[in-house]
Amino acid sequence: MTDAALSKPLSPAWTAPKGRARQGTRLIAAAAAVFVAALMLAPIAVSFLASIKTTAEASAVPPHYLPQTLSIENYQKIYFYQAGLWVYVGNSVVVAALAILQVILLTVPAGYGLARYNFRGKEFLFLLLLLPLMIPYQALLVPLYLMFAKIGLANTTIGLSIVHAMLQIPFSVYLMRNAFEGLPKELVEAATIDGAGSVQVLLRIALPLVLPAIITVSLFAFITSWNEFLAALIMMNKETSFTVPVMVTGVRIGQQSSVDWGALQAGVIVSMIPCILIYILLQKYYVSGLLNGAVK
Amino acid sequence: MAPALLFVAAFVLYPFGQLIYTSFTDTSLLGGGQWIGLANYNRIFSGDPQFWRSLLFTAKYTAIITPILMGLGYALALLTASNDRVLQLARSIIFMPVVVGLGTSSLLWYWLFNQQVGLFNQALVDLHLSDRMIVWFTAADWALWAVIISVTWKVVGFGMILFIAAIQSISHEIVEASQMDGASYWKRVQLIYLPLTFRTVLLVTLISAIGSMLAFEPLYIMTGGNPRGQTFTSVYWIYQSAFVKFQLGYGSALSVVLTATIMAAAVIQVYLTSRSGKR
Repeated sequence: MTDAALSKPLSPAWTAPKGRARQGTRLIAAAAAVFVAALMLAPIAVSFLASIKTTAEASAVPPHYLPQTLSIENYQKIYFYQAGLWVYVGNSVVVAALAILQVILLTVPAGYGLARYNFRGKEFLFLLLLLPLMIPYQALLVPLYLMFAKIGLANTTIGLSIVHAMLQIPFSVYLMRNAFEGLPKELVEAATIDGAGSVQVLLRIALPLVLPAIITVSLFAFITSWNEFLAALIMMNKETSFTVPVMVTGVRIGQQSSVDWGALQAGVIVSMIPCILIYILLQKYYVSGLLNGAVK
Repeated sequence: MAPALLFVAAFVLYPFGQLIYTSFTDTSLLGGGQWIGLANYNRIFSGDPQFWRSLLFTAKYTAIITPILMGLGYALALLTASNDRVLQLARSIIFMPVVVGLGTSSLLWYWLFNQQVGLFNQALVDLHLSDRMIVWFTAADWALWAVIISVTWKVVGFGMILFIAAIQSISHEIVEASQMDGASYWKRVQLIYLPLTFRTVLLVTLISAIGSMLAFEPLYIMTGGNPRGQTFTSVYWIYQSAFVKFQLGYGSALSVVLTATIMAAAVIQVYLTSRSGKR
């Protein structure tokens, strides 16, 4: 966790106009911001602390804020939960990887086409690609479920990854189009004059230049897929096909109707770790993607 | 772009057509599939009080949480907009829950709100904000607030970061000129920041409201629709009808109605987004 990555300025040159804001006011603002940040961090911190308590202490009434005895008991339980943690992590990772692959293969050429060529009906096609924004995927789960059952994609990682890729298409097409539009025209033209075909231009010249956008798009696809809950709940309904968040929900329902709070928080931590790590390490791509994708 | 279009046709347009067709049938997970005309829609509008209860609950949830998210998000943006090192670190942390899954955060808060072992409850008692551990999930209103608190924690940073970007893009000359004129901070917020970031506020409000109208995970995980079906949202009721009661035809009709309610808001969002994409 490098400090530099965490505190990347949104626009490097920007500082609040100083003017008459007094030192005291600035100090109070900083203190307030730190206070809010601490409040936001607290749930994650106490969840982690609960996950390293003993099972008995994690269910103690009244609860303790800090563990009195450290234990990896809860993580052991999660590790050996039902089919074993690695099965579920494996499912989640495969689904996310397939979703990323589809998003890249589908939206890079689409973004390139939209940016590079002018043709009739271009705006209409672009709007078609934004369709998943207009029809909520929650409403499509019934027909998708029936369709996947029919063509043998029920309970498969491919099936679920299709739904996750679909969720990311509008954002990714939009981002890729803007990235390609941002390339200098002369570069592409010069290459074309040199006799490079359009596929060659895309692969050799344009692609390396839009790599940051591709990273951003992949990052968002990963986080969306890893976290997605409803489609995973519906499409993956065998004990061995669950993804991580669905599996953790199962930990709660647990045996004999009493909740194993420690194991539950170990599960929560496990499912948070990849996203938080990615966010901390690749914050630059994440935040720029968010800003470019939502409002520009 | 042909592959992308084919993908959207196969997994969005075609299923949407199927959805509309299925909504006129009595398809269930156990078979069926007879054409029954408008029967499902009749049932929605006159034979299913739970549909209305869910719709109202979702509307109430959206109406309460949207202004909270926008107000709090904007306040945090104003607080941390300056690129001071401490403030940058603070906003990075405030944003962090955005990358956590909604299912996961709901499980986290389900524990924090528990009346026996929940540390949020315990903290309220220790800070003398409450004289006993609150039982959050047996009354619909308390459950609603529990969900609002947990979702606000998870998503408030999203609006904040977009508002910060909008505030930072306001030109310095305008802000400095107003300072020369002796405008107070609050005057500046009212007369400069808010009007000049209005489009962003509008867009984030739309995104946020659409998200809230589609709420599912926090309710599924924290309340299970209880007490007495009072905390089902629209999406939850579709899930319940289609995948718990196996009535896929009826669930499809509910989905069509949901799509219609979402579409209006989404069309405006897409219009604003695609327009602003042109430079």
